[in-house]
Amino acid sequence: MKQTRTIEIVTGFFIILGFVALYVIATSATNIKSYGEAGYAVTASFTNIGGLKERAQVTMAGVEVGRVSKIALDPKTFNAVVTLQMNGHYNQIPDDTTASILTSGLLGEQYVGLSPGGSDTFLKNGSVIQYTQSALVLENLIGQFLSSNSKPSSSGGK
Amino acid sequence: MKLLREAYYIVLDFLQMLGASGLFLLRLIRFIPHALKRPGLIFQQVFNVGAMSLVLIMVSGLFVGMVLGLQGYNTLSKFAATSALGTVVALSLLRELGPVVTALLFAGRAGTALTSEIGLMRATEQLAGMEMMAVDPIRRVVMPRFLAGVISMPLLVGIFNAVGVLGGYLVGVKLMHVDIASFWSQIHTNVDLHEDFRSGVIKSIVFGIACTLIAVFEGFYAQPTAEGVSRATTRTVVNSALAVLALDYLLTAFMF
Repeated sequence: MKQTRTIEIVTGFFIILGFVALYVIATSATNIKSYGEAGYAVTASFTNIGGLKERAQVTMAGVEVGRVSKIALDPKTFNAVVTLQMNGHYNQIPDDTTASILTSGLLGEQYVGLSPGGSDTFLKNGSVIQYTQSALVLENLIGQFLSSNSKPSSSGGK
Repeated sequence: MKLLREAYYIVLDFLQMLGASGLFLLRLIRFIPHALKRPGLIFQQVFNVGAMSLVLIMVSGLFVGMVLGLQGYNTLSKFAATSALGTVVALSLLRELGPVVTALLFAGRAGTALTSEIGLMRATEQLAGMEMMAVDPIRRVVMPRFLAGVISMPLLVGIFNAVGVLGGYLVGVKLMHVDIASFWSQIHTNVDLHEDFRSGVIKSIVFGIACTLIAVFEGFYAQPTAEGVSRATTRTVVNSALAVLALDYLLTAFMF
């Protein structure tokens, strides 16, 4: 009798431990926080999103306020339409906010940075961010730099 | 010519074994409602199969995690990317090493015990005795063990993963002084709940079914001699390992 009791206790302990381990792994070693939060979705269209990926951060003043949930191509304008899933806590973001695609570090991950406007109306579910700034593509920058450098020298040579 | 014929028989044997264990699985599935009426039998076997493997799984998980931490650190430090160590450890554990290593250890620790136990019951004619008393040995002996294995495997994999991440954390952060914040934040951003965690759990359930099925099948159909039982036990380990690795490739190809 005593032995079956011990066995049952150890078995119960094992089952609890297993579920606790699964729970701990699911909550503290995955991105579960970016799922299932009550929030709202806004869209922004960019002419070029560079290397932005789904699930990239959306930050304001460096604080994470949401995640990129979807990236699609507008079939008419050929712009990239980025859906931002915003955290429900931050529901007082002005609707004339500017969204720009930035890079953390020189070769780091790309993210969406929001800089607030001054409007009295706020972004809500389904809003469209009007003011956007596309990603800086390194090749284009170098191209512009080279062409802007070569112009004055050719005109100065006259 | 002789070689060809031998290969032919090997293929036939393999097909026969696959078919027989498939049919056995169908028989087991049909008995699930009956078995659930007596949960006491199942929990007794969860103790034998799962709880007794606990120490082995935890120690192995810790060491696998620590080795991942060291190896990952050595490689990543060449690229000055040691902040990604957490991701390396967590992703390799959740997606691959957790389910696969746990299944291999499980086959060695619990699968062999199941096979030799059922095989010895067969050899000492306990199973025949049950049949004489109109007790179906599949329902009374095989079924609780099978269900216990299927229940235990995902739990063991969860424990293995948790301890493994802890081991990687100990080596990476405490020993190698990787920044603790980047270790965890990299894990939080790069390990996906659905893609990585869920597919690991699916893998562990499939491996649990495969390993336990092979173990009880080999035990149930073991030759009722001392040599037969020992052969069946060996086959359990070999076949489980092969099945786990092959299934792992298939599942990975489907899910990622």
